[in-house]
Amino acid sequence: MFAIFKREFRAYFTSPLGYVFLAIFYAFSGLFFYIFALSVGSTDISSVFLMMFMVLMVFVPLLTMRLLSEDKKQKTDQLTLTAPVSLLSIVMGKFLAAYAIFAIGVAVMPVYGFVMSTFAKVSWLPIWGNTVGLLLLGGIFVSIGLFVSSLTENQMIAAIGSFFINLMILLMNTLTSALPTGFLQDVLSSISVYSRYSQITNGIFSLSSLIFFVSVIFIFLFLTVRVLEKRRWA
Amino acid sequence: MIEVKNLTKRYGSKTAVSNISFTAEESEILGFLGPNGAGKSTTMNILTGYLSSTEGEAKINGIDILEEPVKAKQMIGYLPEQPPLYLDMTVMEYLKFVYGLKKCKLPINSHLKEICDLVKITDVKDRVIKNLSKGYKQRVGLAQALVGNPPVLILDEPTVGLDPKQIIEIRALIKKLGKNHTVILSSHILPEIQAVCDKIVIINRGKVVANDSADNLARNMSADHKLVIRCEGASTDVKKLLSSIPGMDEVFVNRENVEEGVSEYFLNAKPGTDIRREVSKRLASRNYTLLMMKSSELTLEEVFLKITTGDIYGNVADSVDKLKFTK
Ligand SMILES: Nc1ncnc2c1ncn2[C@@H]1O[C@H](COP(=O)(O)OP(=O)(O)O)[C@@H](O)[C@H]1O
Ligand SMILES: [Mg+2]
Repeated sequence: MFAIFKREFRAYFTSPLGYVFLAIFYAFSGLFFYIFALSVGSTDISSVFLMMFMVLMVFVPLLTMRLLSEDKKQKTDQLTLTAPVSLLSIVMGKFLAAYAIFAIGVAVMPVYGFVMSTFAKVSWLPIWGNTVGLLLLGGIFVSIGLFVSSLTENQMIAAIGSFFINLMILLMNTLTSALPTGFLQDVLSSISVYSRYSQITNGIFSLSSLIFFVSVIFIFLFLTVRVLEKRRWA
Repeated sequence: MIEVKNLTKRYGSKTAVSNISFTAEESEILGFLGPNGAGKSTTMNILTGYLSSTEGEAKINGIDILEEPVKAKQMIGYLPEQPPLYLDMTVMEYLKFVYGLKKCKLPINSHLKEICDLVKITDVKDRVIKNLSKGYKQRVGLAQALVGNPPVLILDEPTVGLDPKQIIEIRALIKKLGKNHTVILSSHILPEIQAVCDKIVIINRGKVVANDSADNLARNMSADHKLVIRCEGASTDVKKLLSSIPGMDEVFVNRENVEEGVSEYFLNAKPGTDIRREVSKRLASRNYTLLMMKSSELTLEEVFLKITTGDIYGNVADSVDKLKFTK
């Protein structure tokens, strides 16, 4: 697992991909930070976190698109899949590599807190809560992207496919709010990633949300392992 | 060491490999010979755990590749048809990655240096793989298979696309590796298999059509009682002259006038009869100068061609007989 993690992590910096993703992350979060906090003199940056949902929904797929698709295309999967390692450790190594890049991006968020603390009093709890929320959201986007990249040899298709699923997650929330209040709406909103994430940005961080996010991540990692397993029987 | 039993692989309704069995003993080089599409790569992918078989089993040192994949894979070094290289890495970075991936325990620097020296890639070890020539890429692929010093090497057409000098080098290397590894080597080139292997399995359209030691296959092929000659004289006359030799079954004029006044004949005598002296004497008695005489044994190549293009499966010797003189 560590060998794969190391290789993939390094690959983000031998190609422009890692730099591009981080540049986009910093540029957008910086822009939102300016718009929602600096320019209006507010120290509440939860809107920044909420807006990052849209940005990451589009750009995390770039981070994950080649993780497994490129291995299949270049036939390097014949090395990894015939090495004496389990499928899970291959999948985890790939996941953690992309996730590490994502986390390096997220690390900028507390920095904005420090910037504000130089000229105003900042309440740190929501910032840390939001940061953890963003890390969980990233886990979901990365695991979805990894899953989709296991389905195709074409990285473009992988990127578009995972963007599409992320979009569905967002649309599911719109659908939920369009429904009449009642049981169905309760169920849908409890499995809506976006509504749970926006709750976190509103300062509501529940244990059930934590469990929900972690479960979704594991479901997609599990599905990815299944896809690789299944492919052997093709 | 390697045991393949009744292996079948179907892709949907297409059968790529059908009920094949063979074994390779320790320190044996087994040649896996067949034309493109015969099912060589499919078989090797099953042996290495990349694909699952539809039916049948493959065991490495008694360990089933499907039941205990990690344990079985530990014993295998695999060079697939297309070397599985990460083009964005340098050779050394790549080999270190493979070392980590295989959870190798040998001392890293000396082990990798030894491999680089063996496959002669030391001078490119800091180059990015993308920029290497095909020959070097192939060798890096081979180096990758050797990492961890696995007792079994599975090499899928390792010399394809190399120039003749590189081919000779790689063959010599494989031969050397065969002294202390069990090697399965696939190829669609017969002389390659002949030059390197102890045992030959010929496969066509997913079926094993011959499975024997290299020596035995060659012996089956030789036949002193079957000659090709060229001599002077009118062909009808020569034919009549030689047909009456005791033990002669058939005299066949292969080509009239290969040179001015010289024709080529196939002579087929009963097995075990040596007709060479009698042929020479009789021709001399008529002053027909003998210009060439050789035993008409087929090269493995011709047999291979026949087996793999014709519809005769099964016994090699049988198809050899059928091939001879049926021009
Ligand atoms: N993924 C696949 N799907 C369907 N057919 C395949 C697949 N891979 C190989 N085949 C078919 O299986 C047969 C054997 O292929 P292969 O093992 O690659 O042969 P070889 O290595 O001897 O050239 C071929 O007819 C090939 O077209
Ligand atoms: Mg092949």
